[in-house]
Amino acid sequence: MAIWLTALAIDRWQLAEGISPAPFALLSESAHGPRIAAINAAARSAGVQPGAMLTDARALCPDLAVHPGDPAGDRAFLEKLALWAQRWGPWSALDPPDGLLVDVTGVAHLFGGERGLLNDAAARLAVRGLSARLAIAPTAGAAWALAHYGPGRAVHDPGDGLDQLPVAALRLDPATLLVLRRLGLKRVGDLSGVARDALARRFRSTRAPGANPLIRLDQLLGKVPEPLLPVLAAEMPLVQRRLMEPIRHRSLLDQVLDDLTADMARLLEGQAKGARRLDLALWKVDGEVLSRRLELAAASRDAAHIARLFAGKLDDLDAGFGIELARLSAPWCEPLALSQADFERAAEAHGTALSACIDRLNARLGEDAIRRPQPFASHLPERAQRWLPPLAPESASQNELAFHARPLKLLDRAEPIAVLYASPDGLPRRFRWRGEVHEISRAEGPERIAPEWWRERGHVRLRDYYRIEDGQGRRYWIYRAGLAGDGRGGVPEWFLQGLCA
Amino acid sequence: MIHAVTPLAAFARPKPRRAPINLPHWRPGLGGAALHGEIFAPAHEASGAALALALALDAAMPGEERCWLWVQDKAALRRGGRPYQPGLPPALRHRLIHVAAQTPEDALFALEEGLRCRDLAFVVGEIAGNPKALSFIAARRLSLAVEKHGTPLWLIRLDAARDLSSARQRWEAKAAPSLPPRWNTAAPGAPAWQAELFRARAHPPGKWTLSDEANRLFARQTHFGDLADGAGDRPLAAG
Repeated sequence: MAIWLTALAIDRWQLAEGISPAPFALLSESAHGPRIAAINAAARSAGVQPGAMLTDARALCPDLAVHPGDPAGDRAFLEKLALWAQRWGPWSALDPPDGLLVDVTGVAHLFGGERGLLNDAAARLAVRGLSARLAIAPTAGAAWALAHYGPGRAVHDPGDGLDQLPVAALRLDPATLLVLRRLGLKRVGDLSGVARDALARRFRSTRAPGANPLIRLDQLLGKVPEPLLPVLAAEMPLVQRRLMEPIRHRSLLDQVLDDLTADMARLLEGQAKGARRLDLALWKVDGEVLSRRLELAAASRDAAHIARLFAGKLDDLDAGFGIELARLSAPWCEPLALSQADFERAAEAHGTALSACIDRLNARLGEDAIRRPQPFASHLPERAQRWLPPLAPESASQNELAFHARPLKLLDRAEPIAVLYASPDGLPRRFRWRGEVHEISRAEGPERIAPEWWRERGHVRLRDYYRIEDGQGRRYWIYRAGLAGDGRGGVPEWFLQGLCA
Repeated sequence: MIHAVTPLAAFARPKPRRAPINLPHWRPGLGGAALHGEIFAPAHEASGAALALALALDAAMPGEERCWLWVQDKAALRRGGRPYQPGLPPALRHRLIHVAAQTPEDALFALEEGLRCRDLAFVVGEIAGNPKALSFIAARRLSLAVEKHGTPLWLIRLDAARDLSSARQRWEAKAAPSLPPRWNTAAPGAPAWQAELFRARAHPPGKWTLSDEANRLFARQTHFGDLADGAGDRPLAAG
């Protein structure tokens, strides 16, 4: 069953503010100024069109009342409505911006047949003050087409033809509709009049269903499946404490926090979940809300661990006249099987788990401080490794070639060195780095690494890398940027990039 | 009246058991490796970190697959660069977790948390200079954590003076000319370091030239300028 809420934004506004007979419009901001997004019946009879500029509409209807629209609010309302619509079927899906799809397979007899189901749905939507068009069809595409372009409350039987519907009933992009109109294809039936090969060739480069009428036609007729994303109600674990007396002292707050985390741990344990993100909100007497957020490296419901991590974030808290309500919620949870709790005493005896250790480091040092290297497909040494969160899974990558010797440590930025050489493109003899002169006794190279032309500018110079050892045995990785006379700058410069083992 | 005299020895706490070490013939890698070691090294070469990794690998169990932690403070990062995965020893490459701490205090906190973690094979720290935070008390805290949880710690002190510390082994390391490779004698070969053990709890101090050949640690005593010491010239892992 497809439900099209023909005037969702206006209905929502009228539910909130009351129905007024005066012309009224909701606005959306565009690059060229405010634009009409939705209008009520009075404005429509006055000649205002949705999509027109506000100034044009004012010229037509000078007493038009306007208000900014709220697309995010409409979307949230639609999500709630999708959950409510599950009274007519086991699952429902959103059809943004203003539609719903409900799976009513095998349900209709509970309402006395398809007609009864449609009448029931229309009546209940009307009671809520929403104007809607409804249709029931074997496929989601056909139901959508009938709801938007068919007769009111249509029930589609497999024998009925949909040929008389306009091509816009295929849920196509405006650009594709324009193409079809220019081709003279106005009705769905016209498409079956054209040879399928010709249409397939005309739209061969588009894979998106919204831009390819053949895919939409097959979805309408049920020849290809069309997966929909059902809406599921998910409840956020939330615990809170109302305090008899506002608290102003840290020790009391720590006690409250311990209670909250213990409650949260019990709640999560019941759902076999662990928290990845936790929000602590503290309401002060003077109406201000303090919030602290915590993210964990792995799902956890260890109350002592969480309380300890939060305690580090509460040091700069200003309680003012006191805190009267504390609320802890877990917006992001992951499944976590039941296991023996990692008691603080056990941690003391056997050590902490890696995820707990990383959480503690994250809480004190920040998110970016603790990371792990990951190889990356690039020739340039400084791009050949990337830094990921420590517990992120390692992706597949190709190893370095075994005969390439790489330094143990890489400087964050290659440091320029002054080099004495026999010939400009030959081996270096001596160099000065950080105020110290190094005599080169052994060297291996060059290993030439060309710039990555597919992402860098044309004037970037190639690099010749040398692995060198000085008279005292210190081993370095140096490179010369460019060649003499390569036309990309003057005399090549030398840099020291890595320290070898 | 005669009092039963209790011998004082009855009150003494039992001494911790130590690995049996044949003192005069000890050399790096022959068991009894320090759990808390300090390596003093110059910041403009990687010998400190390389020696720490070589010693840690030498003491590691075969088939070890736990992660390891490398903590650097900001000054150490700026002076000595950050670890480069393709250049790490192959056995350690994929298990590194790196911590870039802003201050020495944060680095010490990270080291201690790492030592308390049972899922880490060993911990390497790199702290530049002689910061106030790294006092004898801080070093003692680290030593106690190491002994309690059994996770080895190698603390690299870049450009630092030899201050007070409770580390069980204290090394001074700098680069030594590498061994000539077999084929291209003009190229740098397997890395070698001059390592001086200047303070150790269980061993006599000594000087060695340590080298890392095919990821095994070799030691040659340089006490008498004898580079080809027969006893030391074989892989230590084999004993």
